[in-house]
Amino acid sequence: MTASKALKGDGLMIEFKNVSKTFTSGKRKVHAVNDVSFTVERGDIFGIIGFSGAGKSTLLRLVNMLERPTSGAVYIQGVDISKLSQKDLRKQRQNIGMIFQNFNLFNARTVAGNVAYPLKLAGTPKQEREKRVMELLRFVGLEDKAKDFPDQLSGGQKQRVGIARALANSPDILICDEATSALDPDTTADILKLLKNVNRDLGITILLITHEMDVIQQICNKVAVMEKGEVIEAGDVFETFTAPKHPTTKRFVQSVQQDLPSKHILEKWQSNGGETLYRVLFKGDITNEPILSTVTRKYEVDFNIVYGSVQELQEKLFGNLLISFTGDKSAIEQVLQELESIVDIKEVTKDESGLV
Amino acid sequence: MKVDWSNFWPQIVEATGQTITMVVMTLIFGSIIGITLGLLLFVTRENNILENKFVFQVLNIIINIIRPIPFIIFIVAISQLTRLVVGTTIGTAAAIFPMTIVASFTIARVVENNLVSIDPGVIEAAQAMGASPLRIIFTVLIPEALGPLILGLTFVSVGLIDFSAVAGTVGGGGLGHIAMTYGYQRFDGTVMLVTVVILIVMVQLAQWIGNTLSKLVMRR
Repeated sequence: MTASKALKGDGLMIEFKNVSKTFTSGKRKVHAVNDVSFTVERGDIFGIIGFSGAGKSTLLRLVNMLERPTSGAVYIQGVDISKLSQKDLRKQRQNIGMIFQNFNLFNARTVAGNVAYPLKLAGTPKQEREKRVMELLRFVGLEDKAKDFPDQLSGGQKQRVGIARALANSPDILICDEATSALDPDTTADILKLLKNVNRDLGITILLITHEMDVIQQICNKVAVMEKGEVIEAGDVFETFTAPKHPTTKRFVQSVQQDLPSKHILEKWQSNGGETLYRVLFKGDITNEPILSTVTRKYEVDFNIVYGSVQELQEKLFGNLLISFTGDKSAIEQVLQELESIVDIKEVTKDESGLV
Repeated sequence: MKVDWSNFWPQIVEATGQTITMVVMTLIFGSIIGITLGLLLFVTRENNILENKFVFQVLNIIINIIRPIPFIIFIVAISQLTRLVVGTTIGTAAAIFPMTIVASFTIARVVENNLVSIDPGVIEAAQAMGASPLRIIFTVLIPEALGPLILGLTFVSVGLIDFSAVAGTVGGGGLGHIAMTYGYQRFDGTVMLVTVVILIVMVQLAQWIGNTLSKLVMRR
């Protein structure tokens, strides 16, 4: 126990070590999770993204042993939870809140009854329980719905009840199974805001799975991309968004950041004798400086921003612009050279634009 | 020879009492055994909280063997066992024994079918919160399926009224016996009519109680 306590302090909340999960049905074997390793640190909002069937759901259920690993181990605050007895595992599960895509509320219980359920499991005395339930309902903004039944609530309200229920025993970890996938965009934004508060105000580490890059962009600080049971890319959200490596990751990034105008517009641009296009990436503080105009003025070259955006990611700015230059050829060369030393710049190839 | 109604009524009242006793007692014993078996059948299913292929298969096969046997055949077929357990094969108590066996297996199926309709996600949520299997049975499965369960039990009780009449024809007493001996064998249409009306009223009453109770728990 001492070892685990020591680890508890060093900020490692969840650790996957070469975890695999294989389902066997008859003679067919499905490798839902294949040799996955990653760590989630205290205070992270760690997002796992992947298309459906990538193994995210199974991966998430390995965290609270709703699924048991075929090989490898999952450590929660330093403890290999596959080695826990049934009784200890149940105790451990009270420290890992879970919310679901379809909310999974108890329809036979009121809102207050749903939130009280995990407290009853933990043996919280009645008076304290009632106080805690109201406290939680206030936190999620549903104190006036305590006596309602789930079928009287909207989707967003149901998920709020789910969150209140998951937080009842003040867990260290919250795991979210596609928590916003059944909600409309406005409600999704509200729930994501609430999850951010859960992380920031209550200090709860969050591990979520989603197929929407939006969710990752809005609240996560770490991301792992899953495909065919494997984690193909993982890291800081800002790094992954600004420099995706794997093609699948690029597809996800493009799903929220369109970085190229439509083929139609590009063709028109070219047929009108448009100049070569360059992609310029600005990351972080550099967006505050008038780099483009300073450099182009120096060499008496004009520039034209054809397409692009500047976005906020993880409280940092990220600019992604398509630019063309007009002026003396050698001057443009010099501009390009100088820009290369400050920002990421490269020619938009025909390959990238899809033009032949 | 027609019956003399001035002193036949007490016999009708007694028979009605016997029928009610058979149905109620069977319902009580049958529910205790049937609900237990139904829960066991459900939780031992594949991928369920207490998955156990052996227990599931054994229960499943026993139920499938007992249920298709026509009740009138069943009651005669197990009469030796009835004698062993109850001490006699004639009378109300002797009828309750085979009725309970059949009711238990029917109720087990009804319970299982109602539990299957519970969203597995709700069970998973309870597991994720750290609830033990026993806890899930009593605080999730039963409350979540209670409304349909009551309707299912109501359906079974109406069937039991029918069974009690069958039991009556082979020595179980009750309204079935009266209808058979006086109504059928002595061609007394009035007796037949009276017993049928009483049976109809009992069925209506049972259905009304069941509907009211289930409405109460389902809030709809």
